[in-house]
Amino acid sequence: MNHQIAFSDEQAMLLETAADFCRKHSPIETVRASLNADQIDAETWQQLTELGWLGINVTEEFGGLGLGLSCVVPVAESMGRYLMGSPYIGAIIASECLATSGTRGQKEEWLPKIVNGAIGSMGLTETNGSWLLNAIEAQAVVQEDVLELSGTKCFVTDADTANFCIVSVNVEAKARLVLVRREQIPDENLRREVVIDETRRSYQLDLDGITVPLDQLLKGSDFQALEFASLLLLSAEIAGGLVGSIHCIVEYLNTRKAFDKIIGSYQALKHPTVKILLDLEAMRSHLYHAATKLAEGNTDEAEVALRMAKAHGSAAFSSAGDRAVQFHGGFGFTYECDAQLYLRRALWCQYQFGDEAYHRRLLEPMLLDQAG
Amino acid sequence: MNATEIELSEFREDVSSWFSENKPSNPGFLLPETFMEVGTDSQFEFLRDWQRKVYEAGYLGMAWPEEYGGRGMPQVFQDIATQEMASQRLPFMPNTIGLNWAGPLILKMGAEDDKQKYIKNILSAEDIWCQGFSEPEAGSDLGNSQCRAVRDGDDYVINGSKIWTSLGTYAKYMILLARTSTGGTNKYAGLSYFLAPMNVEGVDPKPIQKLTGEYGFCQTYFDDARIPADCLMGSEGEGWNIAMVTLTFERGATGGQAGGIASMELNINDVVELSRRAMRNGKPAIEDPHIRSQLVQLMTESTGNQLMAARAKIPALATDWPDAIPMSGKLRGSELKRRMCQLAVSLQGANGARFVSEEAIDGGKWQRSYFNSFSGTIGGGTSEIQHNIVGERVLGLPKS
Repeated sequence: MNHQIAFSDEQAMLLETAADFCRKHSPIETVRASLNADQIDAETWQQLTELGWLGINVTEEFGGLGLGLSCVVPVAESMGRYLMGSPYIGAIIASECLATSGTRGQKEEWLPKIVNGAIGSMGLTETNGSWLLNAIEAQAVVQEDVLELSGTKCFVTDADTANFCIVSVNVEAKARLVLVRREQIPDENLRREVVIDETRRSYQLDLDGITVPLDQLLKGSDFQALEFASLLLLSAEIAGGLVGSIHCIVEYLNTRKAFDKIIGSYQALKHPTVKILLDLEAMRSHLYHAATKLAEGNTDEAEVALRMAKAHGSAAFSSAGDRAVQFHGGFGFTYECDAQLYLRRALWCQYQFGDEAYHRRLLEPMLLDQAG
Repeated sequence: MNATEIELSEFREDVSSWFSENKPSNPGFLLPETFMEVGTDSQFEFLRDWQRKVYEAGYLGMAWPEEYGGRGMPQVFQDIATQEMASQRLPFMPNTIGLNWAGPLILKMGAEDDKQKYIKNILSAEDIWCQGFSEPEAGSDLGNSQCRAVRDGDDYVINGSKIWTSLGTYAKYMILLARTSTGGTNKYAGLSYFLAPMNVEGVDPKPIQKLTGEYGFCQTYFDDARIPADCLMGSEGEGWNIAMVTLTFERGATGGQAGGIASMELNINDVVELSRRAMRNGKPAIEDPHIRSQLVQLMTESTGNQLMAARAKIPALATDWPDAIPMSGKLRGSELKRRMCQLAVSLQGANGARFVSEEAIDGGKWQRSYFNSFSGTIGGGTSEIQHNIVGERVLGLPKS
């Protein structure tokens, strides 16, 4: 049946468990302690692996739960809510990428490992900052049974810890995907990037001099599936982040006094906060609608829904973070104030996989130029 | 009674064909878009006839009890009929206050006699209802209502005035909030609620000219108007609480309305369609990059707004602020409509400066819609008051 928004019992259960898990494992003190950390939080990773969350979208054939990406949404949303800086979303996208574009052998080798905690990461962006996934400059040249890689990938999250990265490269002038194992990457080819969201451990990956066996080339190159999965999970993280930023604002507005009044009573602060709330309500609706359409396999509707979600969310979350800082007054200007954490996360999410202007531009022909 | 999917889809087909066969023909004049804009007798009579016809066909008040004139059916049937009216872009049901606010209120809290007396004629549009809440000196601030009701024998004597009474000159009854006591420190405790007749001496609804230049509202003056004491709903002093219940119907936070559409819905696709026809610097407006971007942005907002209705039905997805969606319906809908109308005017190039006239695009209906859209953002509590309500009751911020 054609639903605007379908929400299964599994999703409901995951949402409850994940919200609880992230509240316990990612209180704001823990988030702060993780800023610019060298290592991932291995204990939390181990626990969420044991909960089976890395296998939610992996089919049962490869040891997963086979519930699909729409069941990953509640987990990603909860992580966003508590600003968790986990390699989780990258790992899910990597497994999704293998599932849609990998060879049988690659799936058999990696999917069960991912379900058991192996970390995958994606290297899709380059220094030019373009969001067009197949407009890339990195190369792979086939030499007998190996691929010689060259070029540079950016924003490869957790690349140092990841067991493998999947990078996009041109092979004979066509954009393809190649799996690179961690041990094939010399340490000096990884350079930590200074990024706006300090909960992210982001790396530049220099591909020059890296050679991998030809069988690490992925069979397909389904960039659309890759983009859709990324947009969905980023939107989930954004929806969660909006909830977190509203709590951050409301808590301050309900405690801080100025001119003998609790500042939340001032309409100049109250009204824009309501606008952020309504933006969130729209965002969550777009998000679960997009998840529903993607699960139904309705590509056209899913594309519209995903781009709307990401466009709306990018603008809403960055504006919520912006106001969160402003509404904290002088305290908001300090590093100690948590509002900056939300603003930084919002800007990170906004510039991953296309900002609002980018997605609106892509929506224009879909929404405005169809016959009729 | 439990309706099966098959029953429902058969019902939808029946409704759909009845409406397409029976829809009224073009009246030859511009129809109003909501009940707040009925400005001429011919507009009113046209719409009243249409409501009566829909009721007689059985597509109004379907979920209201049979003993009072409804059909006692599950709500889902009425919802389907209402959806059909909206999707076929049919004229609206003019007895809006009766169908959506007074009727549900009487069914929920009224005495048995009231239900017998009022409900059926609300549905058939025999008795038109209006609302007497706002006053010239108390717009969104209902608690400050000054209109007086003084008990005198078997009557209450009413003095004062109410403003924004839509359909005031056509209404037979008014839901009236009036002050029965001026003593005491609590201004709310002095208010009482009446189901008041309009056709008594001393009640004088005077049409108000709106910013569009048209009529459609009244200021209703009460000058020693005597209404029977049994018009009081509940007891003296309960007026504020009953008014709040009425407003929950108005703001769409609860069900219980008779159904039927209350306005000719404007949606963003109408604006897109306009942008194909309206020229801007020699090209259709839809080719202008600036207009395209704004259209997509409003389409995104409009979709988000529509999707909220579906999401509100999933409690597991509304845990942080469960009332955010139901409490913000009017605010979201009315502000979106205002901005859509603004865009519809602004994309017309120099012709944006025209008003209702032959030369204007679509006879100037967009400019008129834009001006009328303020009735949504001001009436029933301004958007500013709505922000306070959502901020205070949903987010838990202190009162302003």
